Amino acid sequence: MIEAVAQNLVFGILLGALYGLAAVGIAMVFGVTKFLNVAHGELLMFGGYASFWLFKLFNLDPFLSLPLTILFLLLIGVVLYKLLFVRMVKLPEEEKIKNTMLIGFGLTLILQNIALTLWTADDRGITTSYSGAAFTLLGLRFPYVRVAGLVISLVCLFALQQFLRKTYTGKAIRATVVDWEAASLVGIDVHKVYLLSFLLGTSLAGVAGTLVLASFSIEPSMGMHWTLKSLIVMVLGGAGNFMGTFAGGILLGATESAAAFFIPGNYRQVVGLMLFLLILIFRPQGLFGAKER
Amino acid sequence: MRYLQIISITLLLIILACVPVVIEKDSTINLFILIFLYIALASSWNILGGFSGQTSLGHAAFFGLGALATRLLWIKGFPVLPSILAGGLLAVIFAMLIGVPSFRLKGVYFAIGTLALAQILNVTVGNVFPTIAALPVEELVAYQLGPRYYLFLSLAVVVVAVAYLLVNSRLGLGMMAVREEEDAAESLGISALKHKLLALGISAFLTGLGGGAFAYYHVSYYFQFPFTPIWSLDMLTMVYIGGTGTVLGPIIGAVFFVVMKEFLVLNVGEYHLIIFGGLFILVVLFLPGGIISAWQLVRNALRRQAKPGGNKPALEKMG
Repeated sequence: MIEAVAQNLVFGILLGALYGLAAVGIAMVFGVTKFLNVAHGELLMFGGYASFWLFKLFNLDPFLSLPLTILFLLLIGVVLYKLLFVRMVKLPEEEKIKNTMLIGFGLTLILQNIALTLWTADDRGITTSYSGAAFTLLGLRFPYVRVAGLVISLVCLFALQQFLRKTYTGKAIRATVVDWEAASLVGIDVHKVYLLSFLLGTSLAGVAGTLVLASFSIEPSMGMHWTLKSLIVMVLGGAGNFMGTFAGGILLGATESAAAFFIPGNYRQVVGLMLFLLILIFRPQGLFGAKER
Repeated sequence: MRYLQIISITLLLIILACVPVVIEKDSTINLFILIFLYIALASSWNILGGFSGQTSLGHAAFFGLGALATRLLWIKGFPVLPSILAGGLLAVIFAMLIGVPSFRLKGVYFAIGTLALAQILNVTVGNVFPTIAALPVEELVAYQLGPRYYLFLSLAVVVVAVAYLLVNSRLGLGMMAVREEEDAAESLGISALKHKLLALGISAFLTGLGGGAFAYYHVSYYFQFPFTPIWSLDMLTMVYIGGTGTVLGPIIGAVFFVVMKEFLVLNVGEYHLIIFGGLFILVVLFLPGGIISAWQLVRNALRRQAKPGGNKPALEKMG
């Protein structure tokens, strides 16, 4: 019994790492630019497909092809930004959030149906030589692929944190978050900062998509599910703190797994959503967020 | 002008009432029914999302609850109209349960929160009623499009009439005041929470009626289907395409939405949603006030030409 619960928790935490990574992407964009890109899940789906076709056509391992997938997502990101999102930069905050959300819905339709027409509605997964392999620790199974997902997520997160803390550009991004007007007064190119943050978000979606493909499977309508999870985790963790966001993802994954274990029927999503609503109502700044002002 | 309006609306209604008598093609009648349903849904959504400014992504819950209650009662043998009314009432009850906690959330958090609430219902209904809501044979044999056409026509008329009365009433003005500036409205003695709750209640009731009509119309569907988030997104999309916060906007948006989709399905087949998504983005980018604002833009441009140098503020607002 205890072992089954623990095993469930392990899988929940490993899945939660992917929630966390997806959410850090959406939170990165939202935190800096106030763009609510609800097509984030679709970008993640495109990352998954890029990785899938690189594997199918060129026999490239998904973990090795990660740079190519990221490059592909960067391209999509640049196009989307230059074509659409750049027009939202100067709007007042409320309107910016609303309009980018609406644009995101339009993009959701477009991207989802492009995937549907190009690649059909089939579930796509890949099988590598190490797909089913796992190591055992304390009597618990740890599949290599999923552990790799956790490790890669943590590496991305650490790199992002160091980039924001240590580099000049990172500091410029943080300055823009605090006050974009003041930042532009001291010579920071706010447009560049916005573009960069947007691209960081799309590349993180690419990484997350690859990891989802490696551990599970992908299909064209998966985006909505991942966008919703990312939004939930972003609010759970509280804005402006990526470690908090990531921890929120782990928490959601673990809670869902526990729910799936203890409650009969398919209610794992319901329990996760309830947790989200309760935190949203009673702790709107998020679990790990500081109180505003 | 006012008489002209009344006469043209009456004429339009008479023409619409004659449609099933003149046209015999079922597909045309079905298209009209779809347009009426979407006019009703868009106008209902607009009462909360447009008038009181609370962008909801959870209206599928009200639509679904209306459909669920109506279908269950109707199949049990209750008359149709009371069943639909019960659907509307169930939607209101749910709305009042979630109202106060939901309105603690502002702006985009309200949108995400309502989406989450609707998803909770969606998943739960999918678990409790995993089957298809099929019609019993005797109902299937008696099925006729005619009465359904008039039901949807009256539904659309009722919802639009409510929106019209609201826009010109003290209550509606209160809702709009809350939308524009909550604190200022409160300082004038307008309770923001009360007005938001009323907008939510009216909006949920009318959406629930729409769900009820849907349950009476559709022969077989999964019980879960009316709860899926696409309904909420469609309502929001139509209102934004037409123009938020107006009576005419949601009607224009709904007609555009249904006709455009139908047109694209017939002409570009599987690419229709891709093109539709693109069209929607174009509206958001270039006509932020919806199609209805295009008319105002044209009028302003004409006025500017007639009177050089005038109308500066309108220009700035659009830019």
